[in-house]
Amino acid sequence: MTAVSTPASLQRSMNAMDNAEVLRIRNDFPVLHQQVNGQALVYLDSGATSQNPLSVIEAEQEFYEQRNAAVHRGAHHLAVEATEVFEDARQTVADFIGAGYEETVWTSNATEGLNLISYALSNATLWAAQGRGSSALKDLAVGPGDDIVVTEMEHHANLIPWQELAFRTGATLKYIPVTDHGALRLDAAAEIVGERTKVLAFTHASNVLGTINPVQELVAMARLVGALVVLDACQSVPHMPINVKDLGVDFAVFSGHKMLAPTGVGVLYGKQELLDALPPFLTGGSMITTVTMERAEYLPAPQRFEAGTQRISQAVALAAAVNYLTETGVDRIHAWEATLGQRLVKGLESIDGIRVVGPPSGTERIGLAAFDVDGVHAHDVGQFLDARGIAVRVGHHCAQPLHRRLGLTATTRASTYLYNTTDDVDAFLDAVSGVRAYFQA
Amino acid sequence: MSLDQLYQQIILDHSKQRHGSGLADTAAPAGSSTGQSHQLNPVCGDEVTLRLAVADGTVQQISWDGAGCSISMASASVLTDLGEGMSVAELHSVIDTFREVLRSRGKVHADPEILGDAAAFEGVARYAARVKCAMISWVAAEDALNQASA
Repeated sequence: MTAVSTPASLQRSMNAMDNAEVLRIRNDFPVLHQQVNGQALVYLDSGATSQNPLSVIEAEQEFYEQRNAAVHRGAHHLAVEATEVFEDARQTVADFIGAGYEETVWTSNATEGLNLISYALSNATLWAAQGRGSSALKDLAVGPGDDIVVTEMEHHANLIPWQELAFRTGATLKYIPVTDHGALRLDAAAEIVGERTKVLAFTHASNVLGTINPVQELVAMARLVGALVVLDACQSVPHMPINVKDLGVDFAVFSGHKMLAPTGVGVLYGKQELLDALPPFLTGGSMITTVTMERAEYLPAPQRFEAGTQRISQAVALAAAVNYLTETGVDRIHAWEATLGQRLVKGLESIDGIRVVGPPSGTERIGLAAFDVDGVHAHDVGQFLDARGIAVRVGHHCAQPLHRRLGLTATTRASTYLYNTTDDVDAFLDAVSGVRAYFQA
Repeated sequence: MSLDQLYQQIILDHSKQRHGSGLADTAAPAGSSTGQSHQLNPVCGDEVTLRLAVADGTVQQISWDGAGCSISMASASVLTDLGEGMSVAELHSVIDTFREVLRSRGKVHADPEILGDAAAFEGVARYAARVKCAMISWVAAEDALNQASA
């Protein structure tokens, strides 16, 4: 992974984050200041969805109070202003991940982004078969004899769209297995990724294991065989500096709501030449050049993939979230969460009957930890923690095949963000240490 | 509402001593008609496969395999104790009563005269996310009962 340094103008404070700073940060998050079941809320479910700072909430409100209008149409003042902030937001998000403006497509969320890619690819197959589109499009067609490769640690969102693409096109779906410690088996990957591989789709950081995958090594394997690389960056973009050009991936997706923004907005990054060659997924208004009763010609990216009225206020709010993260310093957030992640794992490892999945303490992981409690189901663990005001995620975390690989059906997951203190982690660990006794396990 | 009202001792006990658990270990009584139902909660992955044997209009045997939280496992165990020996009509009626209590968000109280140990699940009704856990084996029993008496 390549780290990107924060521009000098944004280098507010390059010292490491600490609890005192986190307590100041928490003042920006109204939702965190409440009692749950008579206890101060300890929010450790940011891997599922993050909370919003006031600046994000206000950005969305300000849009509705002062600029609300449909974008890219209408000559009136509000329409012009709305279009301006909407497109400025795109530039802000593009800069945040090192992408070009035209390479940054709004989606509803990462799931939609992955479906968009998979449907655009099968549309490429249909177009190519009928001689429609550019010669570059023909290279993107997927069919029998092609392999689509994913990994065993994928979220369902980066698995099922590929299963369905394989079904629609006759391609074969293969997967790279994981080790007992939740790392990708690169030896196996080198065997699986071959001449037939058309797409290699994998997560940057696992939402269950916390593993950070070696993107550049996998990209190198894909490059050798001319495969497209699709990166699920849901658990990385919110938490660590990312530059899509340095990573070398062809596509990347992430969701706004996991990075301090509202729900309903996400981003698809795609290399410009690929986006411009691909057929659209959704069609309709705002994405065309000429329409007759028989057919239509389409705009280049990003509008090519943004049919219909867009999620404008959410995009504006996402830009506000990006500004909040940039001002705090994503590299500093990454370092702080790495500390919290290690504290979580180390603490959990020291409790009897707890099995942490993924890398052991002392090994790199993002700021989350999922675990099994011997003799107590994850649902019961979550209920016990909730009674103490501690919010965690329980279940399979949309990764059933991974849980099956680990020999589990459900785990409990604590996931941190920039507004969590070490006290949050300690309160959580203290509560977990009482779980087995309570359930007489 | 405290956690102890949700996790009553009777629930914790049944979640460990699971009456009726082990489909492979039990054979349906000779001459009975059986129904079997598999229920899955996709949210949490809880699963129950429940078989019910009926003869002469009476539930002769309930057995099941399951994986899930303490509420779902205890609920299947309590159902086994309660349902065996009941008439088909009685069990249908008890399932309806149990469902009414569970879906009432705490407004309908459980009558131990009717529900026996299953009255201990009254507290679950206040935890919307857990109602399905308590209901899963009862839904399976209802389905199996319909099959067995079809």
